[in-house]
Amino acid sequence: MNQPLLTVDALEVAYPGRGLRALPFRAVKGVSFDIRPGETVGLVGESGSGKTTIGRALLGLAPVSGGTLTFKGEDISHPTKQRRRELTRDIQVVYQDPYSSLNPALTIGASLTEPMIVRKTSKKEAGARVRELLDMVALPADAADRYPREFSGGQRQRVAIARALALDPTLIVCDEPVSALDLSTQARVLELFLEIQERTGVAYLFISHDLAVVREMSHRVAVLYHGEIVEWGDGDAVTSAPEHPYTQRLLLASPVPDPAAQEQRRADRLRLKDIQAQQDLQAGAA
Amino acid sequence: MSSVSPAAAPARRSGPGLFRRLVRHPLGGVSMLILAVVVLIGALAPWLAPFDPSATDLRMILAEPGPEYLLGGDAAGRDILSRLLVATAFSLAGGLLVMAVAVTVGLTSGLIAGYYGGFIDAAGAWFTALTMSLPSIIVLIAARSVMGPSMWWTMAIFGLFISPVYYRVVYTSVRSVRNELYVDAARTSGLGDARIIGRHVLLAVRAPVILLMSGVIAAGIGMQAGFDFLGLGDPTTPTWGQMLNEGFYNINRSSNLVLWPALVLGLTTIALTLLGTALRDELEGTGDKRHKAASPWALDGEVAPLLDHGDAPAGEALLTVRDLAVAYPAADGYATVVKGARLTVRRGETHGLIGESGSGKTQTAFAILGLLPQGGKVMAGSVEFDGEELVGRSDAQMNRLRGSRIAYVPQEPMSNLDPSFTVGHQLTEPLVKVLGMKKGAAKERALSLLAKVGIPDPQRAFDSYPHQLSGGMAQRVLIAGAVSSHPDLLIADEPTTALDVTVQAEVLDLLRDLQEELGMAILIVTHNFGVVADICDRVTVMQKGVMVETGATRAVFEGPRHEYTRALFAAIPQGAPRAPLPGVASAGSLGAGALR
Amino acid sequence: MLSFVSRRLATGVGLIATLAVLTFFFLQFGVSDVAQRIAGQQAGPDAVAVVEERIGVDRPVLVQFADWASSALTGDLGRSWFSGQEVTEAVMSRMAVTVSLAVGSVVLTAIIGITLGALAATRRGWADRAVQFLAVLGQAIPGFLLAMALVLVFAINLDWFPATGYTRPSDDLGAWALSITLPVVALTVGSIGGVAQQVRGSMIDAFERDYVRTLRSRGLPRRSIVFQHVLRNAAGPALTVLGLQFVILLGGAVIVETLFSIPGLGPLALNATSQGDIPVVMGIVVVTGVIVVLVNTLVDVVQAWVNPKVRLS
Repeated sequence: MNQPLLTVDALEVAYPGRGLRALPFRAVKGVSFDIRPGETVGLVGESGSGKTTIGRALLGLAPVSGGTLTFKGEDISHPTKQRRRELTRDIQVVYQDPYSSLNPALTIGASLTEPMIVRKTSKKEAGARVRELLDMVALPADAADRYPREFSGGQRQRVAIARALALDPTLIVCDEPVSALDLSTQARVLELFLEIQERTGVAYLFISHDLAVVREMSHRVAVLYHGEIVEWGDGDAVTSAPEHPYTQRLLLASPVPDPAAQEQRRADRLRLKDIQAQQDLQAGAA
Repeated sequence: MSSVSPAAAPARRSGPGLFRRLVRHPLGGVSMLILAVVVLIGALAPWLAPFDPSATDLRMILAEPGPEYLLGGDAAGRDILSRLLVATAFSLAGGLLVMAVAVTVGLTSGLIAGYYGGFIDAAGAWFTALTMSLPSIIVLIAARSVMGPSMWWTMAIFGLFISPVYYRVVYTSVRSVRNELYVDAARTSGLGDARIIGRHVLLAVRAPVILLMSGVIAAGIGMQAGFDFLGLGDPTTPTWGQMLNEGFYNINRSSNLVLWPALVLGLTTIALTLLGTALRDELEGTGDKRHKAASPWALDGEVAPLLDHGDAPAGEALLTVRDLAVAYPAADGYATVVKGARLTVRRGETHGLIGESGSGKTQTAFAILGLLPQGGKVMAGSVEFDGEELVGRSDAQMNRLRGSRIAYVPQEPMSNLDPSFTVGHQLTEPLVKVLGMKKGAAKERALSLLAKVGIPDPQRAFDSYPHQLSGGMAQRVLIAGAVSSHPDLLIADEPTTALDVTVQAEVLDLLRDLQEELGMAILIVTHNFGVVADICDRVTVMQKGVMVETGATRAVFEGPRHEYTRALFAAIPQGAPRAPLPGVASAGSLGAGALR
Repeated sequence: MLSFVSRRLATGVGLIATLAVLTFFFLQFGVSDVAQRIAGQQAGPDAVAVVEERIGVDRPVLVQFADWASSALTGDLGRSWFSGQEVTEAVMSRMAVTVSLAVGSVVLTAIIGITLGALAATRRGWADRAVQFLAVLGQAIPGFLLAMALVLVFAINLDWFPATGYTRPSDDLGAWALSITLPVVALTVGSIGGVAQQVRGSMIDAFERDYVRTLRSRGLPRRSIVFQHVLRNAAGPALTVLGLQFVILLGGAVIVETLFSIPGLGPLALNATSQGDIPVVMGIVVVTGVIVVLVNTLVDVVQAWVNPKVRLS
């Protein structure tokens, strides 16, 4: 149980620069963390922090330019095309945008059977599996014959989760899976994630910009800033008593939905801002 | 996040198939009928033609229409009708050949270049540029000097030459599909390239490929007719262009020769073009969508009462919205997006309007500003600003308030600045044109505003174009513009939603500071309870076009009365953090090497 | 900006070079019996050999091309095999006529097309429908068919304009204007539609942009939003279409010139093609290519001037 499912070691992702002399753009600069079976690791950061890129590197959608990804003891940093396709049985994904992650021209059933195509599952088996999956994410069985446009954002996200579950993966990369959803829908989808984890023991890499959501979902949390992990550890510790100045800023900048507490937090933030500005000044003078 | 025009949302329609929809389309039906007749004539020409189209009869030279030659005879004494029928077959075949070549070449190369990029992409771009650097008729003329007057070769070359039309369309749609998440999802489902192209990419290019077909056929037929009209065609294959050529040079002797081919050619190309228009309407849903309202607008159902905490301070109401209803014309009557908006904003207060997507909060804001999207209309109710009724005012009348007493800060900073003008221009233009300031004074005011909203180098920002700014900077510029006239009321529509949390906190600080300094009232439209808790004195909750609860922020947060408000509060993630995984030693470890 | 222009021009030179090479070697397939035709059907092998040597087709193709290319670089496109006339001079003098037809049509197209497009976009309603209908009709009817109709009605029946022929502007300005009116109208009608639709589309698109709402929220009158912001942002796509229309109009001119017997590129091209006069065909292709590349570069430059994103990158 203590053996990590996935170990990310000094991961680097760089995109070639545009133009002849342009330097490559380093989206991820030496990131290390690990995920254990059945665990949820939260990746939190703002735009440009590289959090989405890490997820894409895991899925083989972003180029790994340094470091290693070890999955179940196997190096998957640069797998062959064939191996990459086999890995999709183990590593799945749920994207942020429930509107563009389902092909509008395919029925829900067709989207759900997609992962089974390559596995040569028989039609009958696939149909049974689709019903099972829809049931798992609490959608009616007749949803299979309908098109994405007939569903709300929250329902589509359920379909996307069902698709990710189709092959019984051991790890699901959840890339901002609830950011596009309304508050009440968001809560129900998060609950579904927890429930599925309890039932299947799947591990999540949960990527989000929302500290509150990450806190509720994750056993351990990594905070990213400009492509680097600035803080990594126990979810509760990182999200309630952060040590790194950036995490502290991030925590105090997220408004709490309670006027009195928020007033306090605002005062703390302004105080921290002054302290950090002074520290920067001293650091510059030294 | 806020959908601007609900009427524009469902672009795809379900229901009858494309063919039946085309037949029902006013232009589509007629053009398909014409084309069906022309195609039938072309297909049956060998059997329909009463004479050999190239058989000459000296008696019938330029004969008038009569019992023998129904449409008369041409300058060589051939039967015009027979020639016309056979020419129809050849002309259509030429057009189809052009289309077939263009589709085959353009589709394949566009698919490959769009999906794989690299060398083929560069080659495709180069070939496209090459074909656009010469008029195609010059190429065809040059080709004829080598190939001779073969209609098939000429049309095949023309097809090759206009294949970039397909290449570009296919290329761009493949590129955009490639970036769709569902293609990524297919890849993470283990699908190979061939399967992804077959399943997702072909599906996406189908519509544009079909769309262009009739236009390309029309272009082919037109080009072929023009080419043959110049006398460059093969004299053994009669075509419309050739008949026109012969007719035109004998125009002084008989206009009969020109009439028929001109008529058939014109009708065919017009029908093809109209069919293209109809196809576009049906495939892209761009048709005339202005619905004639079947029935007059009426509010269906009762509007639930507003739960008012009754804790409003004494103070002058600046903005009062009463029972406001906003509707858009829809297929069956009206879609009412705001049913009963009730809102009071007092001078100097910050009022939060909170709701989920589709609650009508943004539409309410637009209605107050008189800036509803195309088609949207205030159907009932009133908006009173400082004692004046705003509903029913003309645009010009609204302009006396907008930009001077009422201001607006949008959600998406980047798209709300005109990309073609500098920040300075966009800030000073209203100052000069609306407030009547001198240019120099306006510039000074703009620079001091930029400094005030916390932009480090105001002069540099003043001279910048929007794309040179970051999102946070752009939002500061928009706020500077909004407060430039010292408005009494600032309407901010999700002003921080598009920003990172750390930037959001700064922008909220800025709004708070500006309000203290200028004493304006702010109406903040948002879906975020944290934002409301941070900045709002009072809050109104909106659900499905109706205000359900209003009161002081603290009162509503401490004791929400409406069941919907309570449900929203329950959904806020603020629960306990998850315990560490059992059997795992608490991981207080920082990843080695991850620290700066 | 300067590097932008030079980059565009470098691409253009590359295009023209490709064009010249492709055309030259393609045309080689048609030269087998050209010497015989020049010398006449009765000429014996000796006479034909003399002709072959005179026009240079007895040498290897690569040598011929190198020879042609090196003199082309100095502006000398060789001599016609049949008439012996200098190709540069023949093409240039006729190109002037063709280009003036095309430019006249483009200017007219721009003025009418942009006006109609703007009208349709700002008025919507019936004006919009009328413009759309006319645009589709104009695009649907082949240009030469329209030209024919114009000749029949205005030249032959009404006798307002000359049916054929061309007067040089230096000889008689009035007569010149009359002689090119029908050709220019015939060319313009077809291209107005495309431009009007493009302008309409991109203006409506610009109208629906978020920044237009924000500008309105600041109290700016509709007039100044339309004339400054909407038009400026719609100008880019409209320019692209006008650039494309120029190429199409150049092609259309070839046909229309033949119909109206105007001594432009069209009749020259037809004659050279039917004879197999390769130096003339090459000259026409290359000079046309140069003109199109120049026009495209001009469009790109204006485009960059309108769009700060391009200008500043």
